[in-house]
Amino acid sequence: MTAQSAYIEIRDLVFSRGNRRIFDGLSLDIPRGKVTAIMGPSGTGKTTLLKLIGGQLKPDSGSILVDGHPVHKISRAALYTLRKRMGMLFQSGALFSDLSAFENVAFPLRVHTDLPEDMIRDVVLMKLEAVGLRGARDLMPSELSGGMTRRVALARSIVLDPELIMYDEPFTGQDPIAKGVLVEMIRQLNETMGLTSVLVSHDVPESLSICHYACIVSNGKVIGSGTADELRDNPSERVQQFLQGLPDGPVPFHYAAADIGDDLNVAARSGERS
Amino acid sequence: MRQRTVEIVVGGFVLVGLGALLVLALQVSGLSPKSAESSYRVYANFNDIGGLSVRGQVSLAGVTIGRITDIQLDPETYQARVEMAINESVDIIPSDSSAIIRTAGLLGEKYIDVSVGADETYMKQGDTFYGTQSALNIERLISNFASGK
Amino acid sequence: MINRIALFGRGALDTLASLGRATEFLFRSLFAVPQIATGFPLLVKQLYAVGVLSLAIIVVSGLFIGMVLGLQGFNILSDYGSEQAIGQMVALTLVRELGPVVTALLFAGRAGSALTAEIGLMKATEQLSSMEMMGVDPLRRVIAPRFWAGFISMPLLAMIFSVVGIWGGMLVGVDWLGVFEGSYWANMQSSVDFGEDVVNGIIKSIVFGFVCTWIAVYQGYDSVPTSEGISSATTKTVVYSSLAVLGLDFILTAVMFGDI
Repeated sequence: MTAQSAYIEIRDLVFSRGNRRIFDGLSLDIPRGKVTAIMGPSGTGKTTLLKLIGGQLKPDSGSILVDGHPVHKISRAALYTLRKRMGMLFQSGALFSDLSAFENVAFPLRVHTDLPEDMIRDVVLMKLEAVGLRGARDLMPSELSGGMTRRVALARSIVLDPELIMYDEPFTGQDPIAKGVLVEMIRQLNETMGLTSVLVSHDVPESLSICHYACIVSNGKVIGSGTADELRDNPSERVQQFLQGLPDGPVPFHYAAADIGDDLNVAARSGERS
Repeated sequence: MRQRTVEIVVGGFVLVGLGALLVLALQVSGLSPKSAESSYRVYANFNDIGGLSVRGQVSLAGVTIGRITDIQLDPETYQARVEMAINESVDIIPSDSSAIIRTAGLLGEKYIDVSVGADETYMKQGDTFYGTQSALNIERLISNFASGK
Repeated sequence: MINRIALFGRGALDTLASLGRATEFLFRSLFAVPQIATGFPLLVKQLYAVGVLSLAIIVVSGLFIGMVLGLQGFNILSDYGSEQAIGQMVALTLVRELGPVVTALLFAGRAGSALTAEIGLMKATEQLSSMEMMGVDPLRRVIAPRFWAGFISMPLLAMIFSVVGIWGGMLVGVDWLGVFEGSYWANMQSSVDFGEDVVNGIIKSIVFGFVCTWIAVYQGYDSVPTSEGISSATTKTVVYSSLAVLGLDFILTAVMFGDI
């Protein structure tokens, strides 16, 4: 891919939270109009990366360009304008709990456009139809199942016809049918609307089945990238461990700790006995 | 519509709150546009006002006819000069009437009682009471009695 | 020892930083003036949640407090043979002190904690984040209407409280204990001054409304988005609001009525 076709360019990104360094010189290109999967073990800051792209967090150093705009430097007003062109599907769906499914989807339209009420109704119903939930328009978020919540949230994030849509762990905690529905939907949206899609997940088979391009992030860096086939042939042990789900390997089973002997006081006790 | 019900209820709430303000103003603090609109000022000099305070009542034959608006010390005569606002409708106080400081009940508030004179001319804005009688000072009374004066 | 001093210093700096964040938050939500067309329905909705739903507890508490004041006042005043001053006592106590203060304390418990929990939960379920990602400022959309609703509701509630309390005092004093209704009102009217007492009471409740709502929405917005975080934020709202109300009440009373 060439630099011109990249919708998002991330260069030498460094970000720390507290004393923990989450990204340490991460560089990444996300091509325009394609589905890009960002995979990695839990706790590697994949969600944080989406928040950095959305400008909700500011990097310590490095640059993030979204369609040529440096999101970490532009003014608040410009950032809010830019965000109208982005959609984000949160892990929990993040539907507004005091609004019905219909009103949730209508929310961005009411805030950002001056469309008349009947137009809003038509657009919302079309989007709900696209996710198969036109019949559930009057339900409140508490009455929706997990999969339905995510689909309504998906309808809400595409209602303004954005250029970029970010999916945060869309498959987590979904039953196989719901997973299949979401995979199909993400693919269709990308094909029919020409959206640039960023998919953050640790569900390897689902992600690899729809992405045009994938990269694996671990310890604050990209450790492997390419198409699904290229990744499967990647010689790196860490990449293979992640893709095949091996319990132990370069990514250790144990969280970093002192030697177990010291911790359990074995040395001290054996000293007492002798 | 649901939104409409909420709007109506909130409107009612604001109205009740403002109604409460009105009650506090008119009923509780006795603020009435009538008494504020028309009154005239008269003065009285006392040797001792003994606890009389601003906003105290001015009454005639037990009927409230005005309020005390100001109390000051006259630096020349060393007397207290009391300013009071008398309702416009009571414009028939004879010029030789006198003002007496009395107490409501044994320990109640001090107020000014107007003792009516016999003159044919009436008091008007800026006039001063002809005669006054100061507050009855119980402590002084007792000490006078004890010392046999 | 050095460690302890360092810990103390760090605590002080943390408190200072939190106060700074709260102030920045206040200015950002106050000056995020909402557009009238979209902002007004949101404000009405919040006035309902914050004001109307607090009305029941305010009316009931006001009635009982007024009745207690009438009863206690009668017992004390009848020793001096001046039961007729009961109206004056009930009204002055309510209008100057108990109306604004008790309303603010009840408000912190009823509406303040609800505001904190609601905003905290919106934060925990990423609703605030998702609003930001849609290009909508949550301070303008979520916080500002709640803030103004609390600010407007408090004086209205305090006035309703006082009026209901005065009526409750009359119920006990006049209807039950037999004080003349005329002297109940006449004594009250001759001693309560609109400018001195009623207006100062309203100013108090406006200040309390400002502080209580500020604390409530800020604690919600700044809460740690977990269940423990929200519960501790709710507790903090009630504790901080109550302390702030009582402390400020002393200061305001000293300024307003102290120089007699």
